[in-house]
Amino acid sequence: MTRPDSHRIHRLGSMLALVLVALLVTELTAADWRQFRGNLSSSVAAGEKPPVTWGETENIAWKIPLAGRGLSGPIVVTDRVYLTSSDGFNQDRLLVECFDVKTGVRRWRRSFQATGRTQCHSKMANATPTPASDGKRIFAFYSSNDLVCLDLDGNLLWYRGLTHDYPNASNSLGMASSPVVIGDTVIVQVESQSDSFAMGLDVRDGTTRWHRKQHRFDNWSSPIELPGKDPAKSLVLLQNMVGLTALEARTGTEAWHYDEPSSRTPSSVVADGIVFIPSNGLTALRPAADGKQAPEIAWKDNRFGSGTPSPLVYRGRVFTMSGPIVKCSDAANGKLIWQLRLKGAFTSSPVAADGHLYYFSETGLTYVVDASGPKGKIVSENPLGATILCTPAIADNSIFVRSHGHLWKISR
Amino acid sequence: MTGNNLALRLAASLSILLLTAPPSLTAAEPDELISTIKSVDKKARGNPAAARAVAELSAAEPAVLLTVLTAFGDANPLAANYLRSVTETIVDRAIAGKKKLPRKLLEAFIVDRKHDPQARRLAFEILARVDASIVDRLIPGMLTDPSPLFRRDAVARLIELAERLNKEGQADLAGTLYKRALRGATDDDQVKAIAKPLRKMGEKLDLPRHFGFLTQWHIVGPFDNTLNKGFNVAYPPEKKIDLKEKLAGKLGPASWKLYKTSNDFGILDIAKQISPYKGAVMYCTTVFEAQAPRSIQFRLGTPNAWKLWVNGRQVFANEEYHRGMKLDQYSVPVTLRAGSNTILLKICQNEQEEDWAQRYQFQVRTCNVSGIAVHSSDNSASLPRLKETQP
Repeated sequence: MTRPDSHRIHRLGSMLALVLVALLVTELTAADWRQFRGNLSSSVAAGEKPPVTWGETENIAWKIPLAGRGLSGPIVVTDRVYLTSSDGFNQDRLLVECFDVKTGVRRWRRSFQATGRTQCHSKMANATPTPASDGKRIFAFYSSNDLVCLDLDGNLLWYRGLTHDYPNASNSLGMASSPVVIGDTVIVQVESQSDSFAMGLDVRDGTTRWHRKQHRFDNWSSPIELPGKDPAKSLVLLQNMVGLTALEARTGTEAWHYDEPSSRTPSSVVADGIVFIPSNGLTALRPAADGKQAPEIAWKDNRFGSGTPSPLVYRGRVFTMSGPIVKCSDAANGKLIWQLRLKGAFTSSPVAADGHLYYFSETGLTYVVDASGPKGKIVSENPLGATILCTPAIADNSIFVRSHGHLWKISR
Repeated sequence: MTGNNLALRLAASLSILLLTAPPSLTAAEPDELISTIKSVDKKARGNPAAARAVAELSAAEPAVLLTVLTAFGDANPLAANYLRSVTETIVDRAIAGKKKLPRKLLEAFIVDRKHDPQARRLAFEILARVDASIVDRLIPGMLTDPSPLFRRDAVARLIELAERLNKEGQADLAGTLYKRALRGATDDDQVKAIAKPLRKMGEKLDLPRHFGFLTQWHIVGPFDNTLNKGFNVAYPPEKKIDLKEKLAGKLGPASWKLYKTSNDFGILDIAKQISPYKGAVMYCTTVFEAQAPRSIQFRLGTPNAWKLWVNGRQVFANEEYHRGMKLDQYSVPVTLRAGSNTILLKICQNEQEEDWAQRYQFQVRTCNVSGIAVHSSDNSASLPRLKETQP
């Protein structure tokens, strides 16, 4: 073999190794569940195969007692589960905990003292927003508007007290909006009667990239990403009572606005470039190709209103929930396919994997529903025996869900 | 000289340098690092430097813990959280590495009430991880501690014991313990748990005084708050308070009248005691006598929008309607002057028609930063003195 040949083979080997590493990283990344309703706020865990049945002694890999209350959902980054809680008579002790995915062993716990008001409805907790991660850092956010950034090993990187900065930013019923990470910006939506704003912060040091005044109405919905062809131009969608605003995530510059009243609790979802917004029931918006012009309405239907759970789009179908009733419609045109009545009250947003939808009721009874059949069909009903208000995470072919007292890994 | 020799000599020199350097650069400069951390302030000021200081200080040995905990004393709430993180990181590493913590120093720090309450509590939680006996050793002596959390734990133990004795028929002893527990109780759930059995036993309790509620107010109104616009209208009381002056109100001439509340939790119910006005602004004023200048907190609960002035200066405002009411919902730090301090509260009702949107009420108490009542004409933080016999 000549030297050039050897060199070419060496280069080819290096390239293959790089591709392999890239694939490996992609696979690992795909297994993460990094924020409220998953990496793309879609509630869908592609490629995951969690169990469809469980009980006290069936398919429970581990169950860990927790120190505090929380409606926040767990997130999963590589081999670790991260969870926030709040503790104390005044819910002013803020906790961030890290657990091993395989064993449930707690790797570390950090506590902080809330710098904002902690009052919230008795059903809620200061730890209601779900934390977010960019894969290197954890962004823990609370109703008191404390925003804590830690590295994956629990070392504090920065801390912002947004009610400390803006003393009227609070809601005595509690705040619930979860942060979203887009590129190197973490975005929070803080909207209440007395002060309202959205902010983009530099993930590295928490400095403010942009601050935007919002309408002074209570709002509990969460910002989501509308991915751009150029990732640097991805938009963040802020939904509230007066509509939905698309901003450049990095600069806060407004790209477009949809000005129909929208729900203040369930959050929008993006699927195949269409924005499904809980507005006038459900409205499907098709953004303009340039990302700057106002979107056109693909369809809307006032039969598909949402209660607290956010809508979910899975395998070409939209699933909405109002009260205990699930409605399934065609994502392309809004045509109703089936509806199904479950039992109980639902705060948790549903999640989807391997052809199934998972609806956790407030009593801890989970309905596993067939997502693809011609009619709504309950595959199984699984009790946990605890109040479940969080939106669970799916990773490692497992479901991670918390109550005020425990964190479970449901796994075969 | 060959390259290898040069490398060896450099390595040797570096080793000597490292061996003769101070044992730990971190240990040599914690004060400087703490000073950097304390420079963090609102809107991320000082964040990057503080992050570097946190990383460096977190690598220090447990011996630095007392210095870090002491630094809580004059740290702002953001900086205190950075210091908390440093403390927990050092402790976690020490416990994982089976290194000794400065237990005696930590315990001395916990019982020294001049230190910051949050830092003392953190030290307590650290020590409890390695010595569970401190709970029984220290908590009973913390009934009147400046730390609300220590007091709460001490009160909880007494309530539990009193409940047990009461069930066992030892009512006298239970009553004594309940009365003792009340000395430290400032959370409403604990006060309720104490007051109910004590009243059943025939005890007369003055809970408004216990909490430090302001129970007498001169009130005038209503002024117009249609479409919530009155919140930002400066009606005459915001310019001058003259209790004899008749003012032009929303419903005609309005005069100041004295209202009192005997509610256990100091609630003055405008809707019930005056009228269920809608789209209304009411002004409420009272005077707080202080023997000397001092800092206190005004703690307010209301489901209505409000503004608060002390001696003509607006100290806080919040325009939120019907999102719940809770004891100590808002804490407003205020500096009083010696003598009379004029308090003015603007309280606004909107026009919502839902059943849950009809409350028009407020409660205001004055206390120190720890939540212990501070009374007008009595400059000392005081809790009710009840006759007590030792069990």
